[in-house]
Amino acid sequence: MAELIDSSQAKLSSEEILRYSRHLIMPEVTLEGQKKLKAARVLCVGTGGLGSPLALYLTAAGVGTLGLVDFDVVDYTNLQRQVLHYTSDVGRLKLDSAIDKLTSINPFVEIKRFDIYLNSQNALEIFSDFDIIADGTDNFATRYLVNDACVLSGKPNVYASIFRFEGQASIFATEAGPCYRCLYPEPPPPGLVPSCAEGGVLGVLPGLLGVIQATEVIKLILGVGEPLIGRLVLVDALAMRFRELRVRKNPECPVCGANPTVKELIDYNQFCGIRGEEAEATASAKIPEIQPEELKRRLDDREDIFVLDVREPHEYQIVNIKGHLIPLGDLPTRVHELDSSREIVVHCKSGARSAKAVDFLRKSGFRRATNLTGGILAWADRIDTTLPKY
Amino acid sequence: MSIKVLIPTPLRPYAGKQSTIEVSGQTVGEALSDLVAKHPDLRKHLFSEDGKLRSFVNVYLNDEDIRYLTKDATPVKETDTITIVPSVAGGR
Repeated sequence: MAELIDSSQAKLSSEEILRYSRHLIMPEVTLEGQKKLKAARVLCVGTGGLGSPLALYLTAAGVGTLGLVDFDVVDYTNLQRQVLHYTSDVGRLKLDSAIDKLTSINPFVEIKRFDIYLNSQNALEIFSDFDIIADGTDNFATRYLVNDACVLSGKPNVYASIFRFEGQASIFATEAGPCYRCLYPEPPPPGLVPSCAEGGVLGVLPGLLGVIQATEVIKLILGVGEPLIGRLVLVDALAMRFRELRVRKNPECPVCGANPTVKELIDYNQFCGIRGEEAEATASAKIPEIQPEELKRRLDDREDIFVLDVREPHEYQIVNIKGHLIPLGDLPTRVHELDSSREIVVHCKSGARSAKAVDFLRKSGFRRATNLTGGILAWADRIDTTLPKY
Repeated sequence: MSIKVLIPTPLRPYAGKQSTIEVSGQTVGEALSDLVAKHPDLRKHLFSEDGKLRSFVNVYLNDEDIRYLTKDATPVKETDTITIVPSVAGGR
């Protein structure tokens, strides 16, 4: 592989030589390699779960220029895994919080901030100032955008993604290797694959995967070892098993194939099925709903209402409003536990699963089933603020 | 003949919460048919309505993508492992 980084202009001060001494004495790095790190410009898209360990280790290792893209604000639910951000940062911009920590770890790193939502209009221009892109985003639209922008601008895409206690990592969009679309030509329809916010994620998992990404970024810069190109590493933290699968370059890939049909960035929200989301919204609009205030009033009036909770038992344990628990997946086999002559109000965490449950119940003859708007989160916000939210 | 199918986390709720399922068949296609016969809830997550494997779900026989073998017709043997690798996007 051709040298990715030109280190001829890079110089290290005596302070930096001391700081990086454990690198300099390694034959795989040496002073030459450390200069490459200093000359390298890496863009981290996202400073959350994956972006935290990535940015921390790349900064510590002495990557000369680090770009950070994020528009988000730190919230309490981030702290369980996003180790760049502290409790005192809740409410601050993630970029402000990240830059404080990173400059304090290594003041020799130049940080470029992008307080924006990466999109088809700005991606290529931002990418043009960097050598390597590390994708730590959290949705399909941005992942396809990052991939296509990497292919179009000829920059490697160091990739990882996570779900619960499993993760995937690879390097896409190098000249010889496959891209993300070679692996997955199309995204799943919205709603079929749960996000971390819906499905949960083990706090250390983005740590594991983000460190794999940082390792691959550093290897690409140094030009050493076997980069994770054409290979997909699957990490199952529960079994603590690492597996490796081959990823081939698809000659018919619409972006990186021989006859590409995607020659410029497209509308990725549309590509990832915003239309699908609208269809889902229309479907749920037909599902009758009840506001938390109305349910509260009617329960206080001792009306005969059966409250059904379709969340999972572990969620019920965190917080509940004493509903009868039947997880959505078990509803078809346990529907006999319900009385179709009674009024049934169904709730979940925020209203999506219970909408499916109401739809199912109505089709099964439970004509008096309604969905609690906003789920138990809305109840905790508007009716009983002593309840914990998750 | 019994083949091992590894089920990824996002699909385990539709496969009786199991991470590995033993199926039978002479080809990858037969093995997957046996899988969805045993766990019908998996069907819509793996196949589109016309019965084709969904484009955001990859199936590997050992470490090779079946798209680069002979797809559904790829023969399987006793010691083989089929891995289902759906796309996931989480990162925050």
